[in-house]
Amino acid sequence: MSEVRRRLASWDSIIIALTVLVLVVASVGVPNFGTSRNFTFLVLDLMPIVLVALPMTFIIVTGEIDLSVASTLGLTSSLMGWFWNNGLSIETIIPLCVLVGAMLGAFNGFLVTGLGLPSLAVTIGTLALYRGLAFVVLGDGAVADFPWNYTGWVTGTIGGGAVPNVLILIVALALIFGVVLHATPFGRSLYAIGANAQAAHFSGIRVARTKFWLYVASGAIAGLVGVLWTLRYSSARADNGSGLELAVVAAVLLGGVSIFGGRGTLPGVLAGVVLLAALQNALRLQDVSGQALNIVTGALLVLSVLLPNVASSIRATWHRRRLRQAAAS
Amino acid sequence: MDALLEVRDVTKSFGAVAAVQGVSFALHAGEAHALVGENGAGKSTIVKMLAGVHRPDTGTLAVDGAEVDFAGPADAKAAGIAVIYQEPTLFPDLSVAENIAMGNQPLTRLRQIDRRAMNANAERLFTRLGVRIDPARPARGLSIADQQLVEIAKALSSEARVLVMDEPTAALSGVEVDRLFAVTRALRDEGAAIMFISHRFEEITALCQRVTIMRDGRHVCTEPVADLTVDDMIRRMVGRDLSALYPKQEATIGETVLEVEGLSREGVFRDVSFTVRAGEIVALAGLVGAGRSEVMQAVFGVDRYDSGSVRFLGRKLKPGSPRAAMAAGMGLVPEDRRQQGLVMELSIERNVTLPRSRALAKLGLLFGGVERREAASWTQQLQTRLGRLSDPVGTLSGGNQQKVVLAKWLATGPRLLIVDEPTRGIDVGTKAEVHRLLSTLAARGLAVVMVSSELPEVLGMADRIVVLREGHVAAQLTRAEATEESVMYAAMGQPS
Repeated sequence: MSEVRRRLASWDSIIIALTVLVLVVASVGVPNFGTSRNFTFLVLDLMPIVLVALPMTFIIVTGEIDLSVASTLGLTSSLMGWFWNNGLSIETIIPLCVLVGAMLGAFNGFLVTGLGLPSLAVTIGTLALYRGLAFVVLGDGAVADFPWNYTGWVTGTIGGGAVPNVLILIVALALIFGVVLHATPFGRSLYAIGANAQAAHFSGIRVARTKFWLYVASGAIAGLVGVLWTLRYSSARADNGSGLELAVVAAVLLGGVSIFGGRGTLPGVLAGVVLLAALQNALRLQDVSGQALNIVTGALLVLSVLLPNVASSIRATWHRRRLRQAAAS
Repeated sequence: MDALLEVRDVTKSFGAVAAVQGVSFALHAGEAHALVGENGAGKSTIVKMLAGVHRPDTGTLAVDGAEVDFAGPADAKAAGIAVIYQEPTLFPDLSVAENIAMGNQPLTRLRQIDRRAMNANAERLFTRLGVRIDPARPARGLSIADQQLVEIAKALSSEARVLVMDEPTAALSGVEVDRLFAVTRALRDEGAAIMFISHRFEEITALCQRVTIMRDGRHVCTEPVADLTVDDMIRRMVGRDLSALYPKQEATIGETVLEVEGLSREGVFRDVSFTVRAGEIVALAGLVGAGRSEVMQAVFGVDRYDSGSVRFLGRKLKPGSPRAAMAAGMGLVPEDRRQQGLVMELSIERNVTLPRSRALAKLGLLFGGVERREAASWTQQLQTRLGRLSDPVGTLSGGNQQKVVLAKWLATGPRLLIVDEPTRGIDVGTKAEVHRLLSTLAARGLAVVMVSSELPEVLGMADRIVVLREGHVAAQLTRAEATEESVMYAAMGQPS
């Protein structure tokens, strides 16, 4: 009984196993999936999702959400183009964009923790606001003439091999976020906040301040991804990254993070991202249409929310039955 | 005499706790009947049975001599019983008249709600009660007193003949109390039966003819109010044998650890001052709602205060910061274990080490099972019965959960431990263990503040008792001065 329960409870281990399975099956069964060229594309495609998913995991673990990330990405992309047109050097622009992202995140954080507004409403609002500002900055146009050595680095691979340069960045950031979440007092406090903010407060955890900094981190990473996105496609546009927030939230939930907070692991989330990206990539190689891809993504997301619920209701039934048996005997 | 409502030998248990055992009494038409008892004596359970919220396990209720069985509040209402709570629950955005007519709206021929009839009806009821409230105004913004009058009007509109008033005066000013009493007397004289629950004896003697006294869920007596002095009533409320053992150890009282000076918070507590010294157990006694938990939560910093100061070992403590209080050496075992004390979904070990994870980390990292070792050591010291330390803390029994909370704070090595209702809802055996633990800790020099609603616990454990009443310090009693009577007198505002 408890063994089954333990297995059902660790959804993230199921998702990791499933991801490995998909990768193996696709490598064997799908032509071109296992090639180094496809690997590079796969990593480049999942880069924005996985990077934004790191701080998003933290935020959802505390029971909040940040839906403005894609718009933050769009606004920093627009600003990058605007700064470039106005003659700033790329070395100045990149940190500046990350800083702007952090400030946009701080604004979200202030509204949520300072004014106590619900994060869902706040970040839907700033989702529209930041995207709107992106169009104010750059209009419908695009800025494309970024220096080759930077755009080339983002799309390039280490020594011209199979490992993309950005993978270093992804691994480094994922390691940092993973260690912080799973092996530091700060990470412990995030779970306590998400599961019971009042008890966390009574334990001396600074709930509001913690959440505020998570939004700053989320904005900063979104700003960084805005830069990477712009360099990858060599195009600063106001509509860059539209809809990315849904893919990110989908991957985080698929990775086993509870939307109510207090539960989930970073390895699970990474598996969720890879699973979604690999599945889409493999299906695309099989010439499956875009709509069908959306159907698969959507179905996976619904399943990821449904299955843990089914599991817990099975648990509850067992528990009741056991109580009845105990009462009868 | 004709009994309008009879309570016949009712019993009600919640789990293993018998809240009410074999209680019988009768309410007569034209009578105001007081129900008194200490916190936890079972008054609320009786009220909830009359309101149809709880069903008696055994025994029955009878209206007009006929047995009734309430499946829900609607049945109680249909039988003519209306309950006025301390905090009325009106719909704030509906008008006063709509609130009164709720569930019973007059209709026009086209089956639309007849607003005119509704307002006229409300107006008529208010005239009968002799009060002036605009039926068309929204309920939001009405004073508590006016909201209660609206509830009474609502009860009248449904032709209630039994009016149960659960501490209606707790939040009222003197003038408002007078007005409520005038209305209540008028209803009583018209033949309604009033059940009046209050902690204030002057109100009971002013309003009621008879009084039923309860203690520990049992019926003590029902007698005419005129036959009893206030002394008699108090003695019968608390009069129990102090046979339960409280292992109070002798401790050497040391330096002053906590000094609370003139602490006030608008509408909650005012000008609260007391000190606690090392090795001393100071109990905060008082009735529910006297502001005991609120004061201690403000001291610990989880709540704010408007003025006053908290000094810890001579240094002023930053207000509103539990972290500063913890760093100074304070711990708080809160009243509400499930909401404030523990994170139920997290494991036992994570809960034990939650306030201390920063201190346990090496180079900022928590590796190598430091948390588990720490948790194992403390849960063993407190003899906590548990399966695995990685199990969610919510799987433990109440008593063992309380031990986890105690372990959590003892692990921080506090100089002062605040325990708020430390033995509420835990079994007798564990209760004695907790008492022994607190006593031992005090003997080793820990300063303890204990908030408790249980008088035997207060008298058995405390070196000093600070009695709060309606947010201020009503009395400070030494162990030698304190008796159940003197504490109750102070808590209820009677001269001793």
